[in-house]
Amino acid sequence: MTQWSGYFGLILQGALVTIELTLMGSVLALIMAFLAGMGRLSRFLIVRAIATAYIEFFRGTSIFVQLFFAYFVLPLVGLELTPLQAGVLALGLNVGAYAAEVVRGAVQSIGREQHEACIALNLGRWQGMRHVILPQAFLVMLPTFGNNAIELLKATSVVSLISLADLTFQAQVVRAQTGNTMVPFTTILVIYFILALLISWGVRSLERRLARGLDGVRV
Amino acid sequence: MDWDWDFVRQIMPTLVQGVKITILATLLGSVLAAVVGLGIALARRSPNKALSRTVGWAAEFIRGTPLLVQLYFIFYVLPDIGILLPPLVAGVIGLGLHYGTYTAEVYRAGIDNVPRGQWEAAKACNLNARQTWSHIIIPQAIPPMIPALANYFIAMFKETPLLSAITVLELMNQAKSVANTYYRYLEPITLVGAFFLVISLCSVVLLRWLERRYGKIER
Repeated sequence: MTQWSGYFGLILQGALVTIELTLMGSVLALIMAFLAGMGRLSRFLIVRAIATAYIEFFRGTSIFVQLFFAYFVLPLVGLELTPLQAGVLALGLNVGAYAAEVVRGAVQSIGREQHEACIALNLGRWQGMRHVILPQAFLVMLPTFGNNAIELLKATSVVSLISLADLTFQAQVVRAQTGNTMVPFTTILVIYFILALLISWGVRSLERRLARGLDGVRV
Repeated sequence: MDWDWDFVRQIMPTLVQGVKITILATLLGSVLAAVVGLGIALARRSPNKALSRTVGWAAEFIRGTPLLVQLYFIFYVLPDIGILLPPLVAGVIGLGLHYGTYTAEVYRAGIDNVPRGQWEAAKACNLNARQTWSHIIIPQAIPPMIPALANYFIAMFKETPLLSAITVLELMNQAKSVANTYYRYLEPITLVGAFFLVISLCSVVLLRWLERRYGKIER
């Protein structure tokens, strides 16, 4: 008789690592998204060029290759990373590049009249961004950010290949120890799906909260 | 560690072999995703509620779980119930199913964009359901979808390195095996990254062209 309770504990530990990675990766992705998204809208050519290069590079190569690069190649140039650091770095930078385009699109979707109102009120570029444009643009970004977070959650499974003990890795361990493949893989598929549902539910309720009082304003 | 061009020349033939498999997997996966997506989109519009709900939930589940775990599932779990698949076939099925759930949304949007008048005209001409779809709706719905579909096929191309986890000898796996043989990670992994970057930069140009050629929806 297989000790399923012990193996289930292993899988739960993996789930915690996956959640931790998703949260840390999302924070990094959010920071990069705003930096690069705003960078693409900058007045200065050099800032725009750097932001564009970052976005094209990280969207152009796959997360898997980036992760291997961070874990195996960066140590050769003297940057030693633990698997967790490499995972968060690759996930955050990759998803951040996708989300940067969302930031740019959302800021550009805010109507001209809002920019003109900022000028009329004598707000500086930064003030107008901070108090007028971004609060409105953030609501536009939110649903897509939710999708990006789910993509990030799914991408975390790749870190199992650099020996980080996440859900997928633990499922492999259970498979190796019990010889049973059906139970561990089905379990983790369901756990991933529940996590994805939680994210989309969380983003939706956040959106409802932030949209309060803006009913007449939004189209 | 320095870049060694002689080593690059030495490993090139192996990597080219991997490139062939990568491209083959992408092409086959794209065809499968296009067909599966159409099937899902049509099933979700079916008047049979049980069918459309079941397919809808299954698609939601596949979209909410990681491709890597699905590949493991196809490759390691299905043999338990007597379905033994070669790695490449399992990989193509995984890619096709996963991206089929994404392309299904593209088809849905494309079909919804066909004006109501076309459906009514088909009815007025006394076409049956099959004739309406094959002669009226699909020919009009497909062209505007082409850029979005191509976008997903490019995304799929970037996910093919995951197939190395189920022992398909594609580019990433070849790179890893030469890296492990010679203990040099810098050149193989960088070359893989460069290859994906070049292809996806080219594909951006292709996408722009497709958008100009097919992207406009006639009203």
